[in-house]
Amino acid sequence: MLMYAEGLKVYPRNVSKAYKVVLFLAIVCGIIAVFVHLLHGVNFPFLNPKGQIAYQERQLLIFTSLLSLVVVIPVFLMLFFIVTRYREGNKKARYEPDWDHSRVLEALWWGLPCVIILILAVVTWNTSHQLDPYKSISSSNKPITIEVVALQWKWLFIYPNEGIASVNSFDFPVNTPVNFQLTADAPMNSFWIPSLGSQIYAMPGMNTQLNLIANSIGSYNGSSANISGTGFAGMQFIAKATSQQDYNNWTKSLQDSSSVLNDTSYQSLAKPSSYVSASYYKLNDAYLYDKIVLKYMTPGNSFAN
Amino acid sequence: MFGRLTLGAFVHDPITEITIIATMLLALVGVIFLFKFKLIGWLWKNWFTSLDPKKIGVMYLCVAALMLLRGLADALLIRAQQATSVGASHGIVNADTFQQIFSSHGTMMIFFVAMGALFGIINMILPMQVGSRDVAFPLLNSISFWLFFGGVALINMSIIVGSFSNAGWLAYPPLSELAFNPGVGVDYWIWSLEIAGIGSLLTGINFIVTILKMRAPGMTLMKMPIFVWSVLCSMSLVTFAFPILTATLTMLALDRTIGTHFFTAGFGGDAMMYINLIWAWGHPEVYILILPAFGVFSEIVPVFSGKRLFGYKSMVVALVAITILSFTVWLHHFFTMGAGADVNAFFGIMTMIISIPTGVKVFNWLFTMYRGRIRLTTPMMWFLGFIVTFTIGGVAGVLMAVPAIDFEVHNSLFLVAHFHTMIIGGVVFGIFAGFTYWFPKFTGFTLNERLGRYAFWLWITGFCLAFIPLYILGLLGATRRLDHYVDAGWQGFFVIAAIGAVIICAGVGMQMLQIVVSIVQRKQNLVIDGDPWNGRTLEWSTVAPPPEYNYAIVPEVTERDEFWVMKKKGLQKKTNIVYEAIDVPKNSSFGIFIAVFASLFAFAVIWHIVWLVIVALIITILIIIFMLTRDREDDTISAKEVEEIELAAEKNRLYA
Repeated sequence: MLMYAEGLKVYPRNVSKAYKVVLFLAIVCGIIAVFVHLLHGVNFPFLNPKGQIAYQERQLLIFTSLLSLVVVIPVFLMLFFIVTRYREGNKKARYEPDWDHSRVLEALWWGLPCVIILILAVVTWNTSHQLDPYKSISSSNKPITIEVVALQWKWLFIYPNEGIASVNSFDFPVNTPVNFQLTADAPMNSFWIPSLGSQIYAMPGMNTQLNLIANSIGSYNGSSANISGTGFAGMQFIAKATSQQDYNNWTKSLQDSSSVLNDTSYQSLAKPSSYVSASYYKLNDAYLYDKIVLKYMTPGNSFAN
Repeated sequence: MFGRLTLGAFVHDPITEITIIATMLLALVGVIFLFKFKLIGWLWKNWFTSLDPKKIGVMYLCVAALMLLRGLADALLIRAQQATSVGASHGIVNADTFQQIFSSHGTMMIFFVAMGALFGIINMILPMQVGSRDVAFPLLNSISFWLFFGGVALINMSIIVGSFSNAGWLAYPPLSELAFNPGVGVDYWIWSLEIAGIGSLLTGINFIVTILKMRAPGMTLMKMPIFVWSVLCSMSLVTFAFPILTATLTMLALDRTIGTHFFTAGFGGDAMMYINLIWAWGHPEVYILILPAFGVFSEIVPVFSGKRLFGYKSMVVALVAITILSFTVWLHHFFTMGAGADVNAFFGIMTMIISIPTGVKVFNWLFTMYRGRIRLTTPMMWFLGFIVTFTIGGVAGVLMAVPAIDFEVHNSLFLVAHFHTMIIGGVVFGIFAGFTYWFPKFTGFTLNERLGRYAFWLWITGFCLAFIPLYILGLLGATRRLDHYVDAGWQGFFVIAAIGAVIICAGVGMQMLQIVVSIVQRKQNLVIDGDPWNGRTLEWSTVAPPPEYNYAIVPEVTERDEFWVMKKKGLQKKTNIVYEAIDVPKNSSFGIFIAVFASLFAFAVIWHIVWLVIVALIITILIIIFMLTRDREDDTISAKEVEEIELAAEKNRLYA
């Protein structure tokens, strides 16, 4: 066997020369510097949450990442150690070509990940229930309901109790749970406000739900996270968390608005358009949302094919 | 007469037209070259109609390499658009074209690059590894390849005639339904995958039977090389998963062509059913791709560590566990669809459980190197790159397996970065490692090491630059598939990602250079004894390149790593060998004709050319019936010829 191995073509391995290491480090440092520069001043909505749901989701992200490191760090350390120590050039290292199993070691790396996954499974089970998008948020403030319709290619927000509606921008009171009811009069979209937490699909003929809360006043960007046609990139909207007083004033001003949302004006609104600026309406049809959901259930509706 | 097909289908925007004309000119030059030097007959006789799995494997690899270039061009366009389309600027292409580009990028890379390259490697290696002279069904194998090629032809034809799907690589309805997508794009997508998918299914069956029935005497299941196990698992997944794809696409096609309502928005159609079905195929699909890559690494690590694979039984158990579990996790692709907490939690936990056998494999690879003698050749470099990227991508995967975290990163660029980390770091690096490792077996010379190393470093640098920004962008709230965005703070990251993509292309250029240089300098890197790496498995016991029949004398297997054991005992020279005549299947052009007419059928359905649908379908069925009524035909290589070939090889070995 040995004779055979000696007859092998040996592939010259350029022993790590100093300049190579320096070059490598210089490139890495340069890249890191560019990233640091770019990261300066940008806002990570997920890492900088503005509501209770997003906050809990961030904590979960941190916990899970740290738990994963329990496996990842040993793997990287072992990889580095093994590859340096058992490289071909190092004749001092032990060589046991036929050593191919060890009950103890294998039990260890079947067992240890099992334990970690068990912990994570319990956490997953609990958080999936705690942070279920359908679960209403407990708060001393009474929740408000907003009905969301994904259109081609903009978002319509209907406030059935307040009798108002808006497009691509909506206001809601801070520290008050918001219960979103979602559907689409368009292909499937996903309703996402990263600063506030979870996203959920909005589908035609379907009603989904999402419960969010903002715990500080501010304007938060939202978008559609699922492709729904050519105008989909323009489906950005603003979610404005305001004080209760400002919110009351805002609803009042819309209730007095001259632009009215009813069946007819909805038909023209629903026509495909993109990068639409915000607009505000007085709602003249309390069942508009239900009609939009139900129109896909009604036979003979030409749009619904 | 021509259904929906009018002259308008040939009209495109100027950029596309220029691309088309350039490609056509290139193709024309190629064809003239082939005819001028009378190569076409040679290709037909020696390659196109050949049933030798080694040659079919080479053809798979060639097609996959070409499609890799196409997919890379798409990737560059995506990066260019996103690096420039911010604020007032709307980039280089319009939204519709952009959506076609990323849809074709995904479809191309998964179905025609990753699948094609893996089928190529499997075809070339697997029969030799199990000590067989052929696959179980050689003609079926050729049909599979040509159907795969039919899919490739259709998807590329969509650039020239009509347009491609703009609904993403999985074409979720109702966006992909007639109401929102009346053109031919989605039909092209459906039918190229239908045709290629049937080819994949047939390949799956073929290799399962080959592994179960064609192994050399003495090779029990637990003595099979681990790559064979990985292929067995992967092909079982193909056989169970691809019928789901075919059925789902058929339903979507019926919706679009004859007006059924399986997945439409109204009339009781259920788009959520489509999303469930497509992922019931789609998740096993990613394991179909990664398992053979695991197999490749499990071959490479022991060879370049000069040591037996650590924990063979564990590795087999892990493979089988992953195979079974991969069917129980599909819902994690849409936690955000509004299923209840119980359902989400169940699928989240199942997903995490897959990381256990995967982790075991990583530890076993590490301990294969432990107390070994590691030679850091290019295949090993790819392996090390794989371990690092795959571990990081795996962590991102575990994060997203927690439903409540997924709610914040789903469909963001974080997700895009995650699956590229897994597929490039896992599947693509696996393919490159396997290609470099087995290249000398089929050509008789090794690839240039230095250029291979350069290619590796370009790839890994480009990969980091291209995908680390995407992880960051995802956390910044950037969703996938945006043809335009407003936040100027994102642009810098997109620019870096674009630079990364360019560096990856340089890596691919380096690999092409590596192949050319290696061919030119082949004399310096000849592999005389057929075993350049001190291999362990049977395929290294033959000469390089191996004869058509692989083994003149079918080997008898007594142990795992049979060839290693043989070498350890000392390669005694056998004397007085009595060679026997060997039957090899005769060339056949059935595969080509079936694929041509099946693709023509698909083309006619896409364009609603009714008469052609009927004619092409009838001809396809007739060819199949005609084929099935014929007996298998063999060419016989006489005992004398076998002896001559073997003696010539032996001489080469001695006088090297």
